[in-house]
Amino acid sequence: MNPALLLLSSSTLVHLSPVDLVIIVFYFGLVLAIGLYLKEQANTGEDFFMAGREMTAWVAGLAFLSANLGSLELMGWAGNSYKYGILAAHWYWIGAIPAMLFLALIMMPFYYVCKTHSVPGYLKLRFGQDSQALSSISFALMTVLMSGINMYAMAVVMKVVLGWDINFSILVSSVTVAIYVALGGLRSAIFNEVLQFFLIWAGALLIPILGLIEAGGWSGLQAKILQNLTEQHAANPGAYTHLWSTLGDFSNNPMGINWVGIVFGLGAVISMGYWTTDFLVVQRVLSAKDLRSAELAPIIGAAFKMMVPFIVILPGLLGLALLRDPHTGSLLRLVPADVAWSKAGQAQGLHGYDEVLPLMLARYCGPGLLGLGITALIAGFMSGMAGNVSAFATVWTYDIYGALINKNASDAGKVKMGRWITVIGVGISIGTAYLVMHAQSIMDYVQALFSFFIAPLFGTVILGMLWKRATKAGGFWGLLAGTLSSIGMYTWGKLDPSSVRYLALSDKAQDQAQNMFRALWCWLICVIVTVAVSLMSKPKSDEELKNLVYGLTPIPKQEHASIFQSPLFWGAVVAIGFVILQIIFW
Amino acid sequence: MKSGGSLSIWFFIGISLAVNGAVICARGIYELMSPPAVQVVLYNLHANIWWGAVLLILGLFFSLRFSPARERARMAGNS
Repeated sequence: MNPALLLLSSSTLVHLSPVDLVIIVFYFGLVLAIGLYLKEQANTGEDFFMAGREMTAWVAGLAFLSANLGSLELMGWAGNSYKYGILAAHWYWIGAIPAMLFLALIMMPFYYVCKTHSVPGYLKLRFGQDSQALSSISFALMTVLMSGINMYAMAVVMKVVLGWDINFSILVSSVTVAIYVALGGLRSAIFNEVLQFFLIWAGALLIPILGLIEAGGWSGLQAKILQNLTEQHAANPGAYTHLWSTLGDFSNNPMGINWVGIVFGLGAVISMGYWTTDFLVVQRVLSAKDLRSAELAPIIGAAFKMMVPFIVILPGLLGLALLRDPHTGSLLRLVPADVAWSKAGQAQGLHGYDEVLPLMLARYCGPGLLGLGITALIAGFMSGMAGNVSAFATVWTYDIYGALINKNASDAGKVKMGRWITVIGVGISIGTAYLVMHAQSIMDYVQALFSFFIAPLFGTVILGMLWKRATKAGGFWGLLAGTLSSIGMYTWGKLDPSSVRYLALSDKAQDQAQNMFRALWCWLICVIVTVAVSLMSKPKSDEELKNLVYGLTPIPKQEHASIFQSPLFWGAVVAIGFVILQIIFW
Repeated sequence: MKSGGSLSIWFFIGISLAVNGAVICARGIYELMSPPAVQVVLYNLHANIWWGAVLLILGLFFSLRFSPARERARMAGNS
C-alpha cells in the first residue's frame, strides 16, 4: 500500500507534512547511497568483516556507542524511566561506564594482540573449539532476536506516531538494512552508525531542552512528578528522582531492587558482560587502526554514554510530569504494553510505557522537527539492527561456517557467505520481531536475553584472560552450566511466580530486578564450575597461552608525546565525571 | 577516517545535517509568516528556526572541512 494512504488508515498521534516526508526519504536515500559507495571497498574478508582495521578512535568509539543506540536506548529506556524513574539511569552509568573503561584499559590489549575476528574466536584460541561453538551459536541466536526487537520497536513508533501498518514498517526497515550491510559490510554499518549518532542527537535533543523549559527546570520537574504520583508510590516520593538513596531496601523504589542487585548484578556482571564480551560492540573497537585507538575508542564511547540519559531518561521523567490527555486535559497514565495493546486498551486510547518518547516528540515538534525526530528514531532502530546483523554475519561466517561447516573456505568465499548470511539473518530477525510483541516491556525482554547468554560468557572470558590455570574443559562446562542455569531460573520464574523470593531475594522484585539477580547467580555458577573443573583437569602450557592470558601477553609499549594522548588519562577524566554524576543525583 | 575512496564519513554527516537544517529552518520561517492552526506546545519559542539554523551551520562546517577536494589535497600533502 502507498505510504501516503497508510498514513490515513488509522488513528495517529500526528500527521506528517510533506516537509517531514522529505527528511525521512532523504535519510533512507543517503543510507542506501553510502552502502552503494562502500561496496567497492568491501572485497576481502578483512574489509567486509573488520572494516579493514583502519578506523580512527573517534569513528570506532562513536560506532561502539551507536551500535547500542537502537530501540534499547531510545524507546525502551525512555519507557523504563517512566516506569521506574531515574533508577533507569543506572543502566547508563554504573551499568556502562566502569565496564567500558575496563574494556579499554584492561581487556582490549588481549583482544587486539591476539588479532581475533570475534569473541568466540578468542574462546577458540583460549579454550578450544567446543567453547567457540557453544558461544557462537548462542551469540548468533541472541543477535537475531535482538535485531527483531529493533524492528518491532521501529514498527511501534511508526504505528503510534504515524499510523503505519506494522508489517509495512518491518519490511521497509529490514530491506534497507539488508541492502546496506550486505553491500558494504562492517564498514557500511559503522559509517551509518556514526551518521545515526549525529541524527539521534539532532532529532532528540530538543525534547529535554523544551521539556525542561516547560517544567520549570529540574526542580520544577521534581515538583511536578511529586504532584502526579499515584498512592502506591506516594510513600517513597524521592524514588523517581534519586539514584541511590532509595536502594537500601527492595520496597523503597518502583523497581523492587536493592543496591546489591544494581552494583553486583548490573555493574559487575550484566554490564561487564555486555560491554566487554558482546561481540556486537566489541567488533567496532576491533576495527580500530592501532592499539591506542582501540583503547581510546571505548573511552570516547563512555564519555558520550554518560550524556545519553539526557535524551532518553529525561524525556521519560518529563512524560511522567507533563503528559496530559489532549481531549480532557487530565493526567495521562501510560500502562504496560499488553494492556495498551489489548482490545479494551485500544478502545480507551491507552498508551504503553514504550510510547512515551514519541508522545513527547509529538508534544513539542511541528513539521520539519517532527520529521527529524522520527528520522532519529528510525536511525536508532536501524543502527541497532545493522549492528546485530553485521556481528551475526561475522560470527556465523568465521565461527560457525568457517570453523564447523567448511574449514577450507577461501577468503572470497567467506565474503560471499557474509553477504548472503546478512540477508538471511535479516529474514530470521523479521520472524523474531513478532515474538517480542508479547513482552510486557521491550527492555525486560532484552535484559532476559542478556542474562541467558552474556552473563555466563563474561565469566568464561574473564577467567580465560586473567587466570592461566583455567582449562579447556573448565571453560566449556562453566559456560554451558551458566547458560543452562540462567534459562532454567527464567523458566522456573515463569512457571512459579512465587519463586522470585528465592531468585531475586524479595517477592517485591520486578522483572528488571529479577534479571539482575539471575545474571549474578548464573555468572557465579559459571565461575564456580569453571574453577572446579579446571582444578580437576590438565592446564595448557605457558607457551600455548602466550598472547591470550594476563602475565603471558607482552603488551606493546606505547610512547605518548603528552599526557593528553594517554588512554589512561582520559579514562581517569571519564571516571571522575561518572563519580560526580552519582553524587549529584544521589 | 576515509573509506578508501576520497569521501570522508564526516562529509556525509555534514551533508545530512546541512540538508535537514536548511529544510527545518525554512519551514520555521514559513510558519512565522503563516502560523499553523494547530500549534505544538511552546510554539512561541520557534524552535524550528533556531534549531534548524544550528544544524545548518554545523552541517556546512563539516561539509566544507571534509569536502572531497580538501581531502584529496590533504592526502596529496601527506604523500
